[in-house]
Formats: sequence, structure tokens, C-alpha cells
Amino acid sequence: MTPVRKKRLWLILALVLGVGVSAALVLQAFNQNMMFYYSPKDIKAGQAPANHDFRVGGLVVAGTVKRDPSSLDVHFDVTDLTETVTVKYTGILPDLFREGQGIIARGRLLPDGVVEAAEVLAKHDENYMPPEVADSLPHKPAEEAQ
Amino acid sequence: MIPEIGHFALIMALVVSVVLTVLPLLGATFSNERWVALAKPAARMQLLFMLLAYGCLTYAFITFDFSVRYVASTSHSSLPLLYRISGVWGAHEGSLLLWALILSLWMGAVTVFSRSIPRVMLARVLGVMGFVAVGFLLFLLVTSNPFERLIPAPADGRSLNPLLQDPGLAIHPPMLYMGYVGFSVAFAFAVAAMLGGKLDAAWTRWVRPWTNIAWMFLTLGIALGSWWAYYELGWGGWWFWDPVENASLMPWLVGTALIHSLAVSEKRGAFKAWTVLLAVFAFSLSLLGTFLVRSGVLTSVHAFASDPGRGLFILLFLATVVGLSLTLYAFRADRFKSDVSFQLFSRETGLLLNNVILVVMTATVLLGTLYPLVLDALGVGKLSVGPPYFNSVMVPLGIPLVIVMGLGVLLRWKRDSISRLGTDLALLVIIAVGVGLLFSLLLHYDWEGYDWEGMAAIGLIMAVWIAVTTLFWVWKQKRTASVWGAALAHAGMAIMIIGISLTSLYSSEKDIRLSAGQQYQLAGYDFQFQGVKKVSDVSYDAYQGIVDISRNGQPVSHLEPQKRVYRVQTMPMTEAGIDAGLFRDLFVALGEPLEGDAWSLRVYHKPFIRWIWLGAILMAVGGILAAGDRRYRLKVEGRSHA
Repeated sequence: MTPVRKKRLWLILALVLGVGVSAALVLQAFNQNMMFYYSPKDIKAGQAPANHDFRVGGLVVAGTVKRDPSSLDVHFDVTDLTETVTVKYTGILPDLFREGQGIIARGRLLPDGVVEAAEVLAKHDENYMPPEVADSLPHKPAEEAQ
Repeated sequence: MIPEIGHFALIMALVVSVVLTVLPLLGATFSNERWVALAKPAARMQLLFMLLAYGCLTYAFITFDFSVRYVASTSHSSLPLLYRISGVWGAHEGSLLLWALILSLWMGAVTVFSRSIPRVMLARVLGVMGFVAVGFLLFLLVTSNPFERLIPAPADGRSLNPLLQDPGLAIHPPMLYMGYVGFSVAFAFAVAAMLGGKLDAAWTRWVRPWTNIAWMFLTLGIALGSWWAYYELGWGGWWFWDPVENASLMPWLVGTALIHSLAVSEKRGAFKAWTVLLAVFAFSLSLLGTFLVRSGVLTSVHAFASDPGRGLFILLFLATVVGLSLTLYAFRADRFKSDVSFQLFSRETGLLLNNVILVVMTATVLLGTLYPLVLDALGVGKLSVGPPYFNSVMVPLGIPLVIVMGLGVLLRWKRDSISRLGTDLALLVIIAVGVGLLFSLLLHYDWEGYDWEGMAAIGLIMAVWIAVTTLFWVWKQKRTASVWGAALAHAGMAIMIIGISLTSLYSSEKDIRLSAGQQYQLAGYDFQFQGVKKVSDVSYDAYQGIVDISRNGQPVSHLEPQKRVYRVQTMPMTEAGIDAGLFRDLFVALGEPLEGDAWSLRVYHKPFIRWIWLGAILMAVGGILAAGDRRYRLKVEGRSHA
């Protein structure tokens, strides 16, 4: 092997190694940070993981939004019109959070079946229904006439 | 009448684009001079028709012509002139029309600055761009005609999304599109080189300024989007790893790789096939970005299903462009084999590593963006990939990238040795580590009293490393415009790294509950909430909070964050109150009214966040400066006399 080729071989080996290491890194990070979506029905059926973040979505049940008078704690129920789960959250809810509105929460399942949300999302469009939520409702909401 | 003229102009633009694609490309292949000569006038005529079409739609917007469906759905009689003009690209149809117009503008620019380019080459470049135009014009006319009438016309429109009623966002899409579509020039040159089977240093000198300018626009477009999200959405973040953001980041990463690979192709005649491939990818990723944002797959897979025409069309077009160019590449890449060699320890290797890392970064973003969509489309499951994935991958990839960035500019082309660099290199490393550490300690002990963080020290060391190596390089060089450009862009990166590291590590944010008169202390600042009053504007009513900020008893700022409700859409919007500063931003957003006169408020202290956008501006200035280098123009004069 000529010296030039030898060097080139080293270069290629180093590159392959580098790319391999980064691929491994990427896939590991990817596996750790994948979050699945569960509807309230799935959660009641015990499908949601106990010690990993996931997302839950549904319609906010009217009359269930309760604020703690002295802090920013709030809890409310979301439903897929089949089952209902309670979500608790501390902080400011998004602008478009309303009763009856479709929302998505990211968080963990507590032992008592309540979802403790780290983030609550309601998209910036009053007609918007998160696709996951629309999908888990038994009958589809009327499509916007475009 | 005017909208019909616009519609007609759009059809004519399509017809001319077909001619522009077919005849010059055939003419170049079969050496038909007259067909080749058609390229330039056809491209200009296409631009004229596009300007006419775009002008007609703008006219419909300015005159409130609600008999046009698109105007009725995105405008309103209460909109001021600025948002009627920017409203043209406020939704799907008009935004695609803008895309197509910008493509025509780039084509027009190519015809103007093409004196040095051989006629056959020019014919191929314009032909390829014409092909892209055909795709987009078909898409517009078949699935998204902005001139479609709505009879009977409604009394008033549904108005522009309040989020878009903002000067920052008004210019964000044109900037971004200038960048996206600008890569079509490099792409067209790459395809033309493949068709002609020849790629020399002259070719790279034609392509480099175009790539730089497109990259500059994309950089500014992304930065504007990030700045807008920061102040308008009321979240106080500057990057969310949202798929829409990722869609713009991917072409930027590959475009950055392309700029560097072009340098090797020009100076050393190496990496030619790779450069061509990057040019193809940069534009393909721009198309993918357009597909992701415009097809509706991102907001909802159902929007895709409910109007399969649109998504399917762009997907097919994307597949055609990528498929055709990769097939061509498979047949022609061997002609670009470079016969130059370089040693392991050389600038070529540095730039190779730069390219590898940037491409790996792109691949990781692509994986995190597309994987959930693919799974969902296949019906396997619904999942999302959160910011922690992107952060945990980009940081470890970014550090070697920065090390190579500093090392690369020090190295000589072809071959270099440790012994030549020895003392200089050691000195620079010591300065970088020393100064970086010193800064991180100053932040801790002397200045703001932030906790000492290892990552902050690493970020600062990285930034100083880029800064000192760049300075050293400029000092040792013949300082041409392109050297200054590269130096500025690298310095911009250093500044951005400082901003990203310190903002990410030292921001404090808190959601709090305050009654009028109460105060809250955050990062040494006292936020005194004075209550809320009602205010009104032309298009909205708002609650306006009053917050006085002081530090150690000294008044610092007075902020008036708003919670707006836009009357037409009855849509609530948070308008944050921000006290901007070079070293820190204070940020207050109103949450919601609670019992009594209490409100929930979101308060932030964001150190060094401005540095992120400042860095981006420097990079953009660097890009345009390098594009203006004399050697690109000298060639023009030399050729035109020949």
C-alpha cells in the first residue's frame, strides 16, 4: 500500500467511525425522546407508560376547569367522548385554551390516574382541532368547508 | 376584470415556462443556436407575466375585491395598507404565487448577470429553472388558483390571521423564500454542469455568488422567524424545533456545507461531484420544506387527506426533481472525478469534516422531522420527537464542528504540518481556553453572579476559539472581500454561540400570580405589577398590564404587555412587553385574569438573547460581502471583451 493510500484509508476509517458514533448517539437520543400519543380511552385501558412522558389529547370538559385560589395550579378533565381523564398543570394556559376546545397535554401519569402535565398546547386557530384528538373522537367533527 | 387578467398572465407564464424548459434544453443538446438563444428572452418574458399576475393579486387586495375567494378569506376592510400588501402571501395560494414570482426574479437576475456565462450553459441553467417554474405554476393553476372568484361576493372578508399582522412576520416569508428559491440557481447550475459533463473553476466562480446570496437571505429569513416567535407568540423562546422551523434549518445546513465545498472545488478542483450533490440536496430540501409547510401534513395529516391533491402534487414534483437529478448524477458523476490529491493534514480535510458534520446534522433533523410523519401516514402510531432529542444531538455535533471551524482556517491547502503551525496553534488554543474560562468566571464572580456552568465555559471557549482563529487568519491573509466575508460570517457564528449558550443556561422564567400592587423578584430585578387597564385599537381590544421593573431600588423599565382580542376573528393574542438590551432582555407576558384583580403573569430574564440574532445578521453581511468579491466580477469583464 502506498503512503498516500494508507493515509486515505485512515481518513475513510476515521470518517466511518465518526459517522457511526454519531449515528449511534442519534438513535439513542431518538429512542429516549420519542413520545407517543394516547387518548383518554387508551389511558383508562392502562396503555400509557408509567414512567415516561407521553401526550394525551381531547376536548376540555365544560365545567371541570378548576383553579387553585392561591397558586397557579389548575386541573381539568379531557375527554374523547368515550372516557375522561383529569389533567393537572401549574402555570399559564395557552391563549386558546377554552372549555370544549381540543387540546394536547404532555406529561406523566401519576399513580392515581391523573396526568401531570408539563405543557399544555392549544393551537393558534380557533377552528383547529389537533389531528390526534380528531382521530380519537368516535365521530369526526364536520370538516371545515373550504 | 383585473383578477381574470392575473389568471391569464399566470397561464401565459406557464406556457412561456414550458417553452423555456423544452427548447433551450433541446437546443443545447442538439446544438441548435436559435433554440439556445431563446432562453434569455423567454426567461424575461416569463418574469413579466409573473409580475403582472402578482400585481393583479396585490391590486385585488389593495382594493378589497372580496369577489376573489382568496382575498375574501385572508383580508378584511379594516386592514391597513401594509397588511393588505403582505396579506397577499398570508395564506396558501398567495404564498405559492410569491414563491413562483421569486423564482422568476432569480431567473431574471441570472439573465442580467450572465455576460460571462457561455450561451449553452446559460440556456441549460434557465431551462432547468424553467422546469421548476412549470412545476410550481401547474401546482398553482391546478390546485391553488389565487384568482378563483367567489360569487356572490361576501360583504367583508375573514381577515388576516392576527399572528401575521406584524411587520416582522410581513417580511419573514419573502426573505425565507428568497433563500429557498435562491438555491434553485445553484441547483440549476449543478444540473447544467451534469448535462454538459464539464465542471471547472469558472463554473464554481459563477455559482459561488448565487449560493452566497441565497444563503444570506435564508439566514436572515430564519433569524426573523426566530425573533418573531420570541416576541409575538409570548413564549419567550427563540427556537422550538418545530417541524416548520426544521424545514428551514435543513436547507440552511446543507447550503452552508455547499458554500464550503464550493471553496474546495474552486481553489483545488476537488470535491466536484460532492459539490454537485450538495447543490441538488440544498434545493431538494428547500422543496421538501415547501412541501411540509404548504401541504398541510404538519398541522394535520387530515388536511393532507382532505385535500390530497395539494400534498400529493408537491410530493410527486419533489420526487420528480430529486429522482431526475439523482439519475443524472448516477450517469455523470464519474466525469467530475478530481485528480488532485491532498494530505490528511490540510485545509481540504478540515472542509471535508465540516461537510460531513453538517450533513450528519441535517440527517438528524430530517429523521426527527419526518419519522413521526411517516409513522402516522402508515397508521403505525402517533408520536412526536421533542426538543431534547435535537438538543442532545446537535450540541455534541456542534462542538467538533466548531473545533474544525477554527482549525480549518489555520491550515494550508494541500498539505500542512503540525510543526509549521506548532507555536501559533498552541498559543491560539491557550488564548481561547484562557479567555473563555476568564469570561465564564467573570459572569460568575464579578458581574451577574450566574452559577458557574461547565457548558457555559465550553460555549465561551468555543466562541473565543472561532474569534481568535478568524482574527489570526485575517491578519495573515491578503484581505480580499471574500476573506472579510468569511471572517464576518465566522465571527457571527462566534457571537451566536455566545448567545445560544448563555441564553440556554442562564435564562430564568417564572409563571406567577400577582394582584395589583404586588411584586416579584427574578434574577435580581423587581417586577412590580400595577394592574390592568382596557385599551382599544383599530382592529383589536386589549387588556394592558402595567409592570414597573426596578433593580436595587433603581427604576429600570416600564413594560405594558397586552392581551389582545382581534375583533374580526375573536381570537386572543398575547403581546409581550419586552425591555431589550445587549446583555439581557426582560420579558413580561400577561397570562389570564384570575379572581379579583389578580392576573397570572409570565416573567423572563433572558441574558444575551440578542446575540443570537446579531450573530445571524453578521453572518448574512459576511455572505453578501463574499459574494461581491472582485474575482467574480473580473471574470465578467474579461469574458465580455473576448
